[in-house]
Amino acid sequence: MCLAIPGKIVEINGDKAVVDYGGVRKKASLMVMPNAKIGDIILVHAGFAIANVKLDEAKEKIEAISYLSEAVREEKERISKEQS
Amino acid sequence: MNSYITNITKNIKKLLEITGPVKVMEVCGTHTVEISRTGIRELFGNQLDLVSGPGCPVCVTPNDYIAKALWLAKSGVTICTFGDMIQVPVNNESLQSEKAKGYDVQLTYSPTESVEFAIDNPDKKVVFLGVGFETTAPSIAGAIIEAKKKELDNFSVLCTLKTIPAPLGVIASSPNLKIQGFMLPGHVSVIIGVKPYRFLADKYKIPAVIAGFEAVDILKAIETILNMIISGSASIVNEYKRVVLKNGNRSALQLINDVFTSCPSSWRGLGILPNSGLRISGKYSHFDAEKRFNIPDFTDIEDDPMCKCDKVIMGIIKPYECELFKRVCTPQNPKGPCMISSEGSCAAYYKYGY
Repeated sequence: MCLAIPGKIVEINGDKAVVDYGGVRKKASLMVMPNAKIGDIILVHAGFAIANVKLDEAKEKIEAISYLSEAVREEKERISKEQS
Repeated sequence: MNSYITNITKNIKKLLEITGPVKVMEVCGTHTVEISRTGIRELFGNQLDLVSGPGCPVCVTPNDYIAKALWLAKSGVTICTFGDMIQVPVNNESLQSEKAKGYDVQLTYSPTESVEFAIDNPDKKVVFLGVGFETTAPSIAGAIIEAKKKELDNFSVLCTLKTIPAPLGVIASSPNLKIQGFMLPGHVSVIIGVKPYRFLADKYKIPAVIAGFEAVDILKAIETILNMIISGSASIVNEYKRVVLKNGNRSALQLINDVFTSCPSSWRGLGILPNSGLRISGKYSHFDAEKRFNIPDFTDIEDDPMCKCDKVIMGIIKPYECELFKRVCTPQNPKGPCMISSEGSCAAYYKYGY
């Protein structure tokens, strides 16, 4: 239940933001992220922004994650080619 | 395979040769799911025993709270809740079964949505089920503040928010569990920071790592815990620096302190622990469902004697050691909250194997 999803702020109205999650847009409260700006990547839990994501931290890990999703995509493509 | 992951995995295997078998508790339910989903639990065989902890809010919420919610639903109140709560059975009834009978149970994605629902439905008495840990507390506090601003008379919260450090103290001091390292919940830590965990290292000499939720984060946390075990130096290491600050989110902590007061709280499997819960403070008591409705006391309600969720939560037994697991208790016909919650250990073991 402590799931939180990173998304990008595309709009701010008062303490509410519109957050883009790779295409899906939803409102989130900025009540505890008063300094958030448009373009920031933030972590959202239950409609509440709780942290800024610092992309420069853990660069290696983020690369490893992207590598994995790339590998998964290639594998899926391979399987669908085999099936067709 | 990506060299970063290969290197960590190889190194963990090497470190485990030095340490011998190690028992690490992953506190958070989301970690439990990721560890099962990615197969990390099997990667190191018997050398690394990853035990699930009390970090699944639905799982640790005791039956008397569910009974209160059922009582409210039956007395004509609209219950707004996160989805996982509705299946938890008490005496063969659940919010889902009551919804099927026609009582008003609404699923919401956020506490703010339930405030909006109350605004749109002034004829309904809306109660939000305030279940969760420090991660969720700010959003519930925000909803209460919003309701106060709008002077809503038809919105309140049945609050059983819990705070994670107290049960970790109980687990760390247990002579039977012998936990050698903790993987700490990343998103609780976003709110509270590093300091509230220090006692684990200072008092109990158990190394602990704040970890993110990707496979690489989890592997890195295991590696760091093993390195600390070998060097004999217990401390609290933050391996989730991309979102966790040393002092947590100060605005969120202020908001929590404004709306809630620390209190004893009842945990399934652990009993009542001092300073382990949050109740709505006097200033906002108008939005406290316990104050607004004359809810009976259900503390004498008994647990299903066959259900072993209490022992699973404490890491005393593994899900498959419960007699009901997979035979009687399945995601389609769950008998206890650890099978119901998508992040319960029984649900994770059922879905991804063990």
